[in-house]
Amino acid sequence: MAKRILTYGLVAVVSATMVLAGCSSTPSPSPSSEAPGAKTIVTIYGTPTGNEGSQWEASWQAWAAANNIDIQYTGDRDFTTNISTKIQGNSLPDIAVFPQPGLMKSVIQTGKVQPLDPTTLATVQQDFSADWQAYGTVDGNQYAVPLDASAKGYIWYSPSEFEQWGVEVPKTWDDLMTLTDTIQEKVNGPVWCAGFNSGDSSGWPGTDQIAEYLLSASGGDVYDQWVSGDVKFTDQPVADAFSALGKIWLDPKYVNAGFGGVETINSTAFGDVATPLANGQCALTNQATFLEASFADAKTAAGTTPKVAPDGDIWAFMMPPVAGTQSVVGGGDFAVAFTSSPAVEKVMNYLASGDYANSLITVSGATFITANKGVEVSKEADPLLAQAIQTLTDTNTTFRFGAGDTMPSVVQQAWWKGTVDWINGASQSTVLNQIQASWADA
Amino acid sequence: MTLMPVSRSTRRVHHTHRTLSSPWATVGALVIAVVWTVPTLGLFISSIRPASQITTSGWWTFFAHPQTTMDNYSATMDFVSSGITVTQALVNSLTITIPATVLPITLALMVAYALAWIDFRGRHVLFVAIFSLQIVPLQMLLVPLLKLYSGGVVIAGTQIIPGFPANSLGSGFAQVWITHAMSALPLATFMFHNALATIPVDIMEAAQIDGAGHGQIFRRLAMPLVLPTIASYAIFQFLWVWNDLLVATIFTSGRNAPVTKILADLSGVYGQQWYLLTAGTFVAIVVPLIVFFALQRFFVRGLLAGSTKG
Repeated sequence: MAKRILTYGLVAVVSATMVLAGCSSTPSPSPSSEAPGAKTIVTIYGTPTGNEGSQWEASWQAWAAANNIDIQYTGDRDFTTNISTKIQGNSLPDIAVFPQPGLMKSVIQTGKVQPLDPTTLATVQQDFSADWQAYGTVDGNQYAVPLDASAKGYIWYSPSEFEQWGVEVPKTWDDLMTLTDTIQEKVNGPVWCAGFNSGDSSGWPGTDQIAEYLLSASGGDVYDQWVSGDVKFTDQPVADAFSALGKIWLDPKYVNAGFGGVETINSTAFGDVATPLANGQCALTNQATFLEASFADAKTAAGTTPKVAPDGDIWAFMMPPVAGTQSVVGGGDFAVAFTSSPAVEKVMNYLASGDYANSLITVSGATFITANKGVEVSKEADPLLAQAIQTLTDTNTTFRFGAGDTMPSVVQQAWWKGTVDWINGASQSTVLNQIQASWADA
Repeated sequence: MTLMPVSRSTRRVHHTHRTLSSPWATVGALVIAVVWTVPTLGLFISSIRPASQITTSGWWTFFAHPQTTMDNYSATMDFVSSGITVTQALVNSLTITIPATVLPITLALMVAYALAWIDFRGRHVLFVAIFSLQIVPLQMLLVPLLKLYSGGVVIAGTQIIPGFPANSLGSGFAQVWITHAMSALPLATFMFHNALATIPVDIMEAAQIDGAGHGQIFRRLAMPLVLPTIASYAIFQFLWVWNDLLVATIFTSGRNAPVTKILADLSGVYGQQWYLLTAGTFVAIVVPLIVFFALQRFFVRGLLAGSTKG
């Protein structure tokens, strides 16, 4: 009897071991296999899935095939939470692409990220401005390659109407305010339209514009201190930004063209401003490049689909500088490497190169833009995106990430809510004190 | 479905039978069935409506303006995320689910048999210890398991069991199978132990007197007797693994992802294609439905097995 049990036990153990041993070896292509002819596998882990993910894959596919590297991309909507689990569990991809620098810096501080190899470092230093390099630098070492970018702070207008009124695109913030008055007299009604409604995150379009104004008026240093909490919401630079934008948003003379009074800013969905802009009821609105997509469903006064072009029905200029040179608030993705091998270094170096930037902006159906100075802007077919790339790659442009996205999420939410309250009539000082108080919970 | 052990019927069973087959009970059952089915019906109707209608009006307006299209289904089948299509994801799901169901059932059956019918010191303590592992939430296991898979087992500086190849995103399905098997074992052992323990001692003793060893008893007596329990547990485990997203996203790479991961991606980065989820859901539930209907005979019997025994 005892012998039998032993036999069966043994069979069980052996078969279980075989099953486990079998699964560990069957479908696992060894990443270090450098056999001639075999493709080296490099894994990339990032946020975009579906079409956006496939467009990313398309951006490096041709190069990878030519260099005998198999880049396996995994997109994960929950990247920001799952990457922390994977790091703790020591189960890492070769390259991870972070959608925001805050999380990336905390990951770099775990010590598991490889500093850039000398070749890639040289490419990054050659292709990207100091602002972009700074987002990937921890303790003086460069870790990240900026992959793509996005830009906010476009003021949308109608070139044909501007011609009719005999006005020009403004060069400074003061010009913009003068322009607002001029148009107000010509149309004898509100000039600007705005929509802050976005469900749970209502208020964000307003916070973006405050950040844009503050960066432009007070410069990158004050902006950085503000994002890190050293400059308070109750301090002068922030109060100035609120007052400057309040002159537009809280004045029924200027808003809310096509919708009604000041309070309709909060009830209007952020994408809906495309409608009055297209049919001529609204002259100016501030929104990111993605508003372009909303014009596809809108109609002009004549009933046609508006043409988005410098000489068409709708076009946009970047928010003019309040002081000094052009500044841009936006976003971007950064690639960091967790493993170091010749293949991974090769991929990182390629991602930092102008060749990759050219490949990225020409992916069909995609709307990628880049801050890579090695890019050939002429390859971008969409004039609006070409303009954005030009601004981003201009050495005089100050670039910063959206302040809300970089601050603690409690503060971001308090700021969203504060902006909505402010439009609803709460006093500026009450709102600023409330937002500042949320830092205590951060 | 007739109740099987009619021969052992008591007055109580007759009473229950009468109550359950009264007209009011039938009406009640029908109402419950309809209420339970309406959301699924709505989902199905949505899945065959054009996208422009799904996003602007409720599914019930379909009856006023019937207009059907298969576009959502073709868009779902053409969808590609992280390099795989929905069809490939369905194959991945099967590849993950079948071993992740068979593996824990096989192990748990043997453990449960030993705990129920082999007399050794500490078996009760061991049984309680195994079952109490059920309270450990799966989320707590993720980080330790990832460490185990990547580093293997090292005792006093010696590598006892090697880890999976360094590049975790390329190491196939093994990690998912083992993780699901581990988390399923406590409940499976508990259920099989309870089922095996109800086999009358007389039968077991008779078999032993006839010269059967534990191996023979296990294969030819115990297993056939608890088959309904095995089948009903298999359904549960199959559905649990099939519907799992957490373990799959943590332990598989893009090309090994199951259909749940693709479904999560289907709505797009900004959720702008959420209407495709209606069709995606129906594509994904086809396999569980087949499994359920194939095994439902056992399923109902398995549920009733415990209730009618003396």
